[in-house]
Amino acid sequence: MDAALFYLFAAISVICSLGVVGQRNPMHSVMLLIGSFISLAGLYVGLDSPFVAVTQIIVYTGAIMVLFLFVVMLLNAPREDLAPGGQVPIPRNLKVVGGLLSLSMAGMLVWALSRLAPTPFVEDPQAAARVESVREIGLVLFRDHAFAFEVTSILILVAMVGAIVLAKKTV
Amino acid sequence: MPTIDPVLIFQISLIGVVFLTLQISAAVLVYFERKIAGWAQDRVGPNRVGPLGLLQPLADIVKLIFKEELRPKAADAWLFYLAPILSATTAFAAFAVIPFGPPTTLFGLLDRPVPLQVADVNVALLVIFAITSMGIYGIVLAGWASNSKYALLGGLRSSAQMISYELSYGMALASVLVIANTLSLRELVDQQAGVWWVFGAIPIPKWNVFLTPVGFFIYFVAGIAETNRAPFDFPEAEQELVAGYHTEYSSMSFALFFLAEYVNMVTVSAVAISLFLGGFYMPFLPDSFGLLWFLLKLAVLLFIYIWMRWTLPRYRYDQLMDFGWKRLLPLAILNVLATAAGVLYWG
Repeated sequence: MDAALFYLFAAISVICSLGVVGQRNPMHSVMLLIGSFISLAGLYVGLDSPFVAVTQIIVYTGAIMVLFLFVVMLLNAPREDLAPGGQVPIPRNLKVVGGLLSLSMAGMLVWALSRLAPTPFVEDPQAAARVESVREIGLVLFRDHAFAFEVTSILILVAMVGAIVLAKKTV
Repeated sequence: MPTIDPVLIFQISLIGVVFLTLQISAAVLVYFERKIAGWAQDRVGPNRVGPLGLLQPLADIVKLIFKEELRPKAADAWLFYLAPILSATTAFAAFAVIPFGPPTTLFGLLDRPVPLQVADVNVALLVIFAITSMGIYGIVLAGWASNSKYALLGGLRSSAQMISYELSYGMALASVLVIANTLSLRELVDQQAGVWWVFGAIPIPKWNVFLTPVGFFIYFVAGIAETNRAPFDFPEAEQELVAGYHTEYSSMSFALFFLAEYVNMVTVSAVAISLFLGGFYMPFLPDSFGLLWFLLKLAVLLFIYIWMRWTLPRYRYDQLMDFGWKRLLPLAILNVLATAAGVLYWG
């Protein structure tokens, strides 16, 4: 049952992610990305961590993707149709370099995945309870990793200020 | 032959029962909405179909099924049909975590008591918040995919409104969270059983509404805004936007939006009952009739919903934003701080 659900959600996630980059309508891309996030949340539920699953939906689906949707909708993003005058010809040497790069990337992935030792499922109810407990997550996050947590939030703040500064110059 | 656990059968059939009941409750609500509107406006209301007009919802459904399904030529076909489905799905999904009755053995049919709740998730409160935050997609997509200016304006208004009020909504949930110290709705409801004796003589039910009345007020106002009901029904302000985001919809895809609105009302009221009004517990009355008390409270809240629609006029749009951001949100944040301080001091 668990395995069946895992493969179901994994398949939905992969198909949706391929769809995001594979078709030309930006609104459809946004919706497929949402589908991918929701199936990821399904995978988290399978890993006995409903809290992470729900947080995934609240943060990504509920907040960030709404912003994406708004940007795409309000900028009235057109379909990514081909440039007028047909497809722009790609130089031959660029094609060769690109092909080599993607081949080496694929080779690296195969090599890395073949060296991966599969981790068996741990049937430890206490470990499951630790992951499930919101209290435990909060304590670990705000006591043991408080410094990293605060630094991350400052990093995001800096990025936000930077984005505003960069955008203001061009306006 | 492996025997099937009767408890499992019960739990699976519970899903179907809850799903059907929610659908029927939408039909019943439409009838009562029209009857109460009639009384509020000093007229009779529907009284032609069946005794007292009781079969009116049935006639409405038959009419909706046999209407022609129209789609504007310039609409985005995929998203146009996805939107009502998303709306209805999110409306139904949130009810799954609500406990609506005490554990029952179904008069001795089952060997152990089973709680009357579709899914007892330990982060139920967050599940409700997550599903509510997804409800926005149906409306935004409907507005955009219709490729019509009224629908787009309605969709944009609605999303701005829902995002604005979601903050206050979340803060109201947080104030309950601070008191209850749990994310599980079942534990939350169980905490609210029994009474306090004020001055040793006056009984007050142990409901959260008496601990954080401001939180309840904020939750209810934000809940009305989230469900797009009057006096916050901007997405479909008839006088300005024809019918808002569902202008271009007809037949069953319109019916899905209609259904979603009423099921959302039921869900928001049911969450309010579980969080603030003691769930299925009633002081001094037997807990075994829990389902009855739950339905009673639900009926009262839904009546208030309908009553408000036919009593209060719609706000102006700037008033809505002003109220949401400058009044309700600061009040909600202060309420969370005050509740936390109270819990630290007394708790």
